[in-house]
Amino acid sequence: MKTLDDLKALREKLKEDIRVRKNDGIKIIIGMGTCGIAAGAREIMSTILDEIATRNLQNVQVQQTGCIGMCEQEVLVDVIRPGEDRITYGKVDVNDAKRIVAEHVVNGRIVEDKVIGKIKQD
Amino acid sequence: MQHIRAHVLVCGGTGCKSSGSEKVEAAFRSEIEKMNLQNEIMVVETGCHGFCEHGPLVIVYPEGTFYCSVKEDDVKEIVEEHLFKGRIVDRLLYREPLTQEKVPTYSEIGFYKKQERIVLENCGVINPEAIEEYVALGGYEGLAKALTEMTPEGVVEEVKKSGLRGRGGGGFPTGMKWQFAAGSVNDKKYVICNADEGDPGAFMDRSVLEGDPHKVLEGMAICAYAIGADEGYIYVRAEYPLAIQRLEVAIKQAEEMGFLGNNIFGSGFNLTLHIKEGAGAFVCGEETALMASIEGKRGMPRPRPPFPAVSGLWGKPTNINNVETFANVANIIVKGADWYCGYGTEKSKGTKVFALTGKINNTGLAEVPMGITMKEIIYDIGGGINDGKKFKAVQIGGPSGGCLPEHLLDLPVDYDSLISAGAMMGSGGLVVMDEDTCMVDVAKFFLNFTQSESCGKCTPCREGTKRMLEILTRITEGLGREGDIELLESLAKNIKETALCGLGQTAPNPVLSTLKHFRNEYEAHIMEKRCPAGVCDKLANYVITDACKGCGLCAKGCPVNAISGTVKEKHIIDETICIKCGACMTACPFKAIVKA
Ligand SMILES: Cc1cc2nc3c(=O)[nH]c(=O)nc-3n(C[C@H](O)[C@H](O)[C@H](O)COP(=O)(O)O)c2cc1C
Repeated sequence: MKTLDDLKALREKLKEDIRVRKNDGIKIIIGMGTCGIAAGAREIMSTILDEIATRNLQNVQVQQTGCIGMCEQEVLVDVIRPGEDRITYGKVDVNDAKRIVAEHVVNGRIVEDKVIGKIKQD
Repeated sequence: MQHIRAHVLVCGGTGCKSSGSEKVEAAFRSEIEKMNLQNEIMVVETGCHGFCEHGPLVIVYPEGTFYCSVKEDDVKEIVEEHLFKGRIVDRLLYREPLTQEKVPTYSEIGFYKKQERIVLENCGVINPEAIEEYVALGGYEGLAKALTEMTPEGVVEEVKKSGLRGRGGGGFPTGMKWQFAAGSVNDKKYVICNADEGDPGAFMDRSVLEGDPHKVLEGMAICAYAIGADEGYIYVRAEYPLAIQRLEVAIKQAEEMGFLGNNIFGSGFNLTLHIKEGAGAFVCGEETALMASIEGKRGMPRPRPPFPAVSGLWGKPTNINNVETFANVANIIVKGADWYCGYGTEKSKGTKVFALTGKINNTGLAEVPMGITMKEIIYDIGGGINDGKKFKAVQIGGPSGGCLPEHLLDLPVDYDSLISAGAMMGSGGLVVMDEDTCMVDVAKFFLNFTQSESCGKCTPCREGTKRMLEILTRITEGLGREGDIELLESLAKNIKETALCGLGQTAPNPVLSTLKHFRNEYEAHIMEKRCPAGVCDKLANYVITDACKGCGLCAKGCPVNAISGTVKEKHIIDETICIKCGACMTACPFKAIVKA
């Protein structure tokens, strides 16, 4: 550690480890109501967490939510990219979950065939 | 491999530990493992959040949910409901005392809203035993900037420009002090951090050391560079074992990362830091006594000059600052003096951490910009007085400070306003008192403290405080005489002017300030033999009310046989025999004996 820049480089690396405490970046929200869990939401959650780790994605937050009343559409996954609409995907399986991460989260391309709702974000 | 999606921050400050946070943390680890979530959720022990009244505190990220008074038994529910299913456990959220409204996140709680966190910015946010988390939030950039981009003179100038004043009590301009030490020519100099924290009720230094020890080390290192020191001591009282342990870990980690040791940032600057445990004598917080104590001598002050900047530890030029003072330095260097001057008043820049205690709803630590009013601290942050009682006074500055009555609550809190009102900033202890407090008793309490902590070296302090305490004691026992108030005032004046160190020079302050604002209470004790607040036992009249069933237990309990009466009839107390011990009141099963 010889210069201010060395330190700043180290900081950038370490920052990612505590990013969860900042609540910013892209949000992925998984429906974890009883209905969601019954439909396999845990597996979807694990898949998404694996994908994020494997792809070393930095600014992604994973949260859960309870039942939102569309039980027959579970597993529900929402993606919110800052400044864009909240996209709700329905009947998400493991494969869909991987596609949603690869396409929507990484590249910003909505996976249209799984979309069941769009909500304007302010 | 999995992405860590949630962090569970469990407060590990001394306050939360004493209310059981270690068990809570262990329960989190085991419940998380039971649910097989250990690869996606991290449990972190942090330092103090300041909201000790409501501990153990737990914050869950990314949501930032703030859970209060979490018990071991609550953990399973938090893990199953919140961490597994994403449902916030409502019943553990904080409720605003006035509105009973539930508040889900940290930043919306009234206690935190008016705070401005510079010194405490990382406390409760990072794991104090992981240097990586400190670095991740910009730690050691102040030191790197000072060493690689600034001259020692430049650092001194920046600190001078910031207007930072000592947080240990005196409020002396820090930059100026550094300049004196820098100007002393010598081949050996020392930097010392004063973490003795002897004021009863103050615990901000402990919280900073426990919650963010690297911030203090970084401030010390910047100071050492500025004045040309290569060795330093942190003087911590042995009653702070957790602070000491975290400092030891922090020093070791900083050495391993190259922030302490030799040739730091390739600049040729070296620094070795040691911890010196103090035995907890109040006078050892005084800088010359503190240095004597480090040298292995008896902790007694000596006359100044020579000031430590000229002849300090082992006769070498030394700069000594308080924990909170050092904790301000890194931010001043990174963000600049102009940024720092944006907080506070013309002559008191930045923030101050206060320890709120006494009859207040939210006890804890609060960092506020200088110049905020006492009213805002007590009502907006502190949540007002307990049990709907009336405010009477606030004691500020500990045993060296004074009491402010209600009509001074709009006073801006800064060094100079407080002095002019007969109090002082001191280390920032605030004890809030309600209508049930006797101000003579309060003065006696503080004087009793300074009297027993007096080291005995100089006569005014050793003898003078003793005489003052005798007078106060007899006043509270109903033996006060005419002329006692004047005698107290003249003793106070003499002690203030002639004592050797700050301990004696400020010891009379609690008496003088209560005399100034509550003289009528002294007069009631002396002239009418009456304690208006009903606190002083010897002045209390015990009376048996009509609730008496004539059971005779009071008479049996009375050690001087002052109570008489026949069975099943109301008893009476003979005032002339009664010694006001209160034993009858304790003995009565019908609450029929009251103090009048
Ligand atoms: C009796 C007495 C006790 C003191 N106790 C402390 C203390 O516990 N902590 C502290 O920082 N300063 C204490 N001081 C003030 C120190 O002497 C010294 O002024 C201070 O450490 C300087 O640091 P600062 O300029 O950063 O405030 C005490 C002074 C006196 C007279």
